[in-house]
Amino acid sequence: MIEGILIGLSTALTLQNIFMVMIGCFFGTIIGMLPGLGPMTAIALMIPITYGFDPATGLILMAGVYYGAVFGGSTSSILLNAPGVPGTVATSFDGYPMAQQGKAGKALAIAAWSSFAGGTFSAIYLLFLAPSLSKVSLSFRSPDYFALMILGLTAIAAFSSKGQFLKAMMMVVLGLMLASVGQDSLSDITRFTFDNMNLTDGISFVLVVMATFAMSEALTIILKRNDPTAAAKQVSLTELGSIKINKEDRKKMYKTIPRSSVIGFLIGVLPGAGATIASFLAYGMERNLVNDDEKQKFGKGSVNGLSAPETANNAACSGSFVPMLTLGIPGSGTTAVMLGALLGFGVQPGPRLYMTNPEIFWSIIMSMYIGMVILLILNLPLIPYIARILAVPKNYLIPLILFFSITGIYVMSFNNFDIYLMIGIAVVATFLRLYDFPMPPLILAFVLGGLMEENLRRSLLLSNGSWEFLWDRTLTLCILLTTAFIVIWHIYKSFKKKN
Amino acid sequence: MNINTTKIISLLFFIFSAFYLYTAYQIQVFAFDENAPFNAKTFPIYLGYVGLFFSGLKLILPDPETIKVEHRNLEYKKTAILIIIAIIYGATILKVGYFLTTSFFLFGSYYFLGERRWILMFLLSFPFVAAFMYLLHGVLEIYLRDPFLQLIGVMG
Repeated sequence: MIEGILIGLSTALTLQNIFMVMIGCFFGTIIGMLPGLGPMTAIALMIPITYGFDPATGLILMAGVYYGAVFGGSTSSILLNAPGVPGTVATSFDGYPMAQQGKAGKALAIAAWSSFAGGTFSAIYLLFLAPSLSKVSLSFRSPDYFALMILGLTAIAAFSSKGQFLKAMMMVVLGLMLASVGQDSLSDITRFTFDNMNLTDGISFVLVVMATFAMSEALTIILKRNDPTAAAKQVSLTELGSIKINKEDRKKMYKTIPRSSVIGFLIGVLPGAGATIASFLAYGMERNLVNDDEKQKFGKGSVNGLSAPETANNAACSGSFVPMLTLGIPGSGTTAVMLGALLGFGVQPGPRLYMTNPEIFWSIIMSMYIGMVILLILNLPLIPYIARILAVPKNYLIPLILFFSITGIYVMSFNNFDIYLMIGIAVVATFLRLYDFPMPPLILAFVLGGLMEENLRRSLLLSNGSWEFLWDRTLTLCILLTTAFIVIWHIYKSFKKKN
Repeated sequence: MNINTTKIISLLFFIFSAFYLYTAYQIQVFAFDENAPFNAKTFPIYLGYVGLFFSGLKLILPDPETIKVEHRNLEYKKTAILIIIAIIYGATILKVGYFLTTSFFLFGSYYFLGERRWILMFLLSFPFVAAFMYLLHGVLEIYLRDPFLQLIGVMG
């Protein structure tokens, strides 16, 4: 292994490859900041360029783009409440309120350091555990995945404060209902399309997330423009704040980062799970682990609440390379695109990759770490400039947010219907937000809907329609018991508080 | 039972879930799939019942706290205008093209939100959209349909 690491280091540290990581991180950050253009698009755009290089350099460039785009997505989540990718939705829960309180610089710095730390820890785990973890990830079956999805959805309990649990559950159901629109993945039978061809392919994630977060946020700001209570809550959007993280906040991060990186990496390793579940679970777990005072700050600009999902989503990005490199199974949509590129280079991923092509296997792992360092060096000095986006007066910022949202959808489908649908969903979401119906559970459910149905289908078909699969396997049972514990714990806590 | 807007939303969600459930039962599956343990309508049917369950619970259980929204303080007029402008933008973008519609959308939105600094409004609409379009179309090679620019020969 030492020999492999040295080969990886020597490949990753060539001038050309360091330059590639830098270029990748820079362009990834820019593209990731544009709503609608996430890491998958960014990497897809890079594929034709990478074919001019050798496989190791090409993949190093793509890894840089990947990390840059994830960080870029976090930036738009924090500054505009417009997460362009599912993995950064949880970042906006506390990042955006922090920016609203005039601490945008600090929020971006916390995100940058957490991403760096998450990626660093993850690269270390990857270095030592990749081969053995691939075996563990293979032991997951459909019932376990189904149980894992349920566990992911119970993370919404973390967002439901007093009296919010039922509202959050209603939003979960609404998210799953929206995800069920379109063709059934197995039989191709159309559902809930009402003979409208535009709905045959279902509703896109970017549309739902732009409508419920960016657009509805813009409409809410206009709607509450003269509301004295809302005005009082917003200190000043022109205050960028310092990018320095004080000792107290650092202390909080020291506890949050290691545990969130572990959960992020482990979830990332599971094929199909990815950064989204990882960030939501890390957020939920963190909320359960902090003390009552800190718990109250969640959703209002908590340092732990921002650091946890940021660490986890970057750790999961590295984790998702495990099934891709060692099994040839992509752990996320983005690594699926990278797998395609790998096959295009004539490299067959699998358990023997690090024996047949050690320079590729180890140089990717090494370049991940180098990518993290470069991302931090590039982005930290740029934070004050990036954060200036908030200094744009609302009369300009609101139309620009609407413009980015609509453009994000337009470039994806070139379809008027999607724009109308987005406006419709945004109006409903704005109204629901006025009455404190939380949107994050809807988004998580929408993302997990398809996967959940797939795994339930497989489980029920394998067990001949019996629900015994829920307790047949120890792993499934353990995940479900954890879920039950979280639900009961939250109900108990809310009753205790009420009394 | 105290009737407030949250309860009304829950009632609407209950009706929506009932409609969803009804539609789920109407999904036509293949004959050989009708009695399978899982088919295209199984998951939606479960979802419909779960939706009825949670919205029903929200309807009958007392609210721990009532959310009061001061409608007098809300800017319904400006919000409605912005939504209408966005709908017009959506309706014209394909026919007129990305550049003109987006520029007019931005310019109009700034105006209706109360902005009157004309030069800044212009700079943040027409040249801004042109630069953004260059980034998408020229640099990232993302196709943007624009009949207007094609007509005047700017775009191929």
